[in-house]
Amino acid sequence: MAQRVAIVGTGQTYHKSSRADVNGVELIQEAVGRALEDAGITRKDIDAVVIGNMDHFEGINYVDMWSIDGNGALNKPIMKVTTGGTTGTTVAIAAFYHVASGLFDIVLAIGWEKNSESDTTAAIITCADPYWERPTFGGAIAGLAAGAVGYMHRYGITERDAALISVRDRKNALKNPYAHLRKEITVEDVLNSPMLAYPIKFLDICPRTDGACAVVFASEEKARRLTERPAWVHQVATRHNYTYFTDVDRSGPMPTLYEACMEVYKKAGIRDPFHEIDVVEMYTPSSFAGLVWIDALGVCKEGEAVRLVNDGVTEMDGELPINPSGGVISTNPIGATGLIRVAEAAMQVSGKAGEHQIPDAKTALATGFGGCHWSDVVLISSKRPD
Amino acid sequence: MAESRYPLLFITWDREQPYNYSIGRYGIRLLRELRDNKRIVGIRCPKCGRVYVPPRRVCGRCFVSMEEFVEVGSRGILNAYTVVYFSFIDPETGTQRPVPYGYGRIKLHGADSEFLHFLKETDLKDLRIGAEVEAVFNEERVGSFKDIKYFRVIR
Repeated sequence: MAQRVAIVGTGQTYHKSSRADVNGVELIQEAVGRALEDAGITRKDIDAVVIGNMDHFEGINYVDMWSIDGNGALNKPIMKVTTGGTTGTTVAIAAFYHVASGLFDIVLAIGWEKNSESDTTAAIITCADPYWERPTFGGAIAGLAAGAVGYMHRYGITERDAALISVRDRKNALKNPYAHLRKEITVEDVLNSPMLAYPIKFLDICPRTDGACAVVFASEEKARRLTERPAWVHQVATRHNYTYFTDVDRSGPMPTLYEACMEVYKKAGIRDPFHEIDVVEMYTPSSFAGLVWIDALGVCKEGEAVRLVNDGVTEMDGELPINPSGGVISTNPIGATGLIRVAEAAMQVSGKAGEHQIPDAKTALATGFGGCHWSDVVLISSKRPD
Repeated sequence: MAESRYPLLFITWDREQPYNYSIGRYGIRLLRELRDNKRIVGIRCPKCGRVYVPPRRVCGRCFVSMEEFVEVGSRGILNAYTVVYFSFIDPETGTQRPVPYGYGRIKLHGADSEFLHFLKETDLKDLRIGAEVEAVFNEERVGSFKDIKYFRVIR
C-alpha cells in the first residue's frame, strides 16, 4: 500500500421510512455535517468526495452534480460510484483508494437513498436484464426467496432458524439511536408476519429507508493529528461475478463473499478469523441470507452457521457479535447501507459506538452485498497496519 | 413530523418513458427458435465448454467469443423456486404484476447456466427442488421470451 489510510469520522441521519421534511440534498448534508463534526474538520479540509446511490430509486441522475450544496464538494474533485446494493461499500473502497494513492489526504465518502420516493421493487427490477429477466424477476424479495428455498433444501434450516437473525438484529437496533426500526420482535412475530414470497415473510426482509451516511478517510499524517483513535483500513476486496442471476449457483454459501473474505484475510495475515475478528457488520438483506452467509465469512465450516446463531455466538455478548448496530434488517437506505456497515465497523474499533459498543473491539469486518450476488469486504482495525 | 401529511411536501409524478433495447444477434437466435420450432438454444464456450442460456457473445470466465449454438432441452430440473404473494409495480407494464405467481430457476438439460421463468404451480405443495419441469409454449408465438407461457412440473 502506498499510503496508510484511517477513518477519522462518521455521520448518519436518524433513519426513517420517510424523510418528507427534507429533499435529497438536505438529507445528504445532515450526514456530511455530522461526519465533519465527528472528525473535527470543516468543508475546507476535504480534498475530494466520493458519493453514491442508485439513480433509479429516485429517478434523478448525476447526484454528484445536483447535490453539490449538501455534499461539500463545491469546486473540488467529486466522483459518483454506483454498484447496486454494494454501492455504500464501493464508495468506501473508492475513498480508500483515493487516499491510499497518495494523491489526496482527506476524502469524504457519502452514501444515501430516499427509498420513500419510488416503488423499491419496481426500481430493483430495472437492475435486471431488460429482456430476459425483468418479466419474471420479483426484485430482491423474490430473488432472495428462491435462494432461501435452496438454503432450506441444502442445509435443512428452517424458517424458525432464520427468524433468529431478525430477532437478534432488531434487538440490537434498540441500542442504536440512528436505527430505523427500533422495536423488539420475537420468533413468533416473524413466523406470523405476512408471507411476501415463500419463505420470506415481512419480518425476514430488510425495510426500505430514507437516510444518508458519510465517512471521513484520512492519510496517516492527518489521522494522527485529528484523532487519538483512528480506525485503520487494513484491506479491501471486491468480487463481482456473472451477468445473469442464473449464471451463479445460489443455493450454497455466497461464493463472492467467501472469496472476498479470503483475499482480505490472506493480505492482512489473518489465519483464524473467528478469533481474530471481534465484530462483524454484515450486509444481511434477509434473515435467511444473514444466517447462511455467516459460513462465507470463513468463521465456521459450511452449514455450521445455524449452530453459531442458536448458541448465541453472534449476539452482542457472544464470541463473534454480528450487527450490533441492528444491521440491514433494521435500517436500509440502500445506497447508504453498505457505507453504514463500514462506519459502524470504524465506530466499534474507535470506541465510538455508544450503547451498542462491543467492549474492547479491535478488529472489525464490514461486508456489502448487491447486484447479481456481488460482494465487497472491508477490514478495519484499531491497530496500525504494518 | 406531525405535519408530514401536508400535501405540499410531495409532488407526484408518473412518467412514461419508452426504451428500445437491443436483443442482439445472439439472443434473437433463441427467440427465432422459440417461435418457429419450440426449441431452446444456448451457446457453448470453445474454451471451457460451458453451455449458456440465453446465448450471448462472450464467455465472461474465459473472455472469448462464442459461436457454437446448441439445442438444450425444453425440460430441466427445478433448482430453486418461490411463490410471490406481495404485489408491486412491474416496470415493464407500469401496472401491478399479478400475484400469486410461481418463479423458478431451471437447469435445462444440456445447459450449464440456469434459466429464469414463471412456474405454472402456485401451490407450494406442488413444488420441490429437483422436480422435472417442462416448458409450455403458447399456440401463437411471436418470437418473444413469453412464447414460453411458463414451466410446469411433470414429476
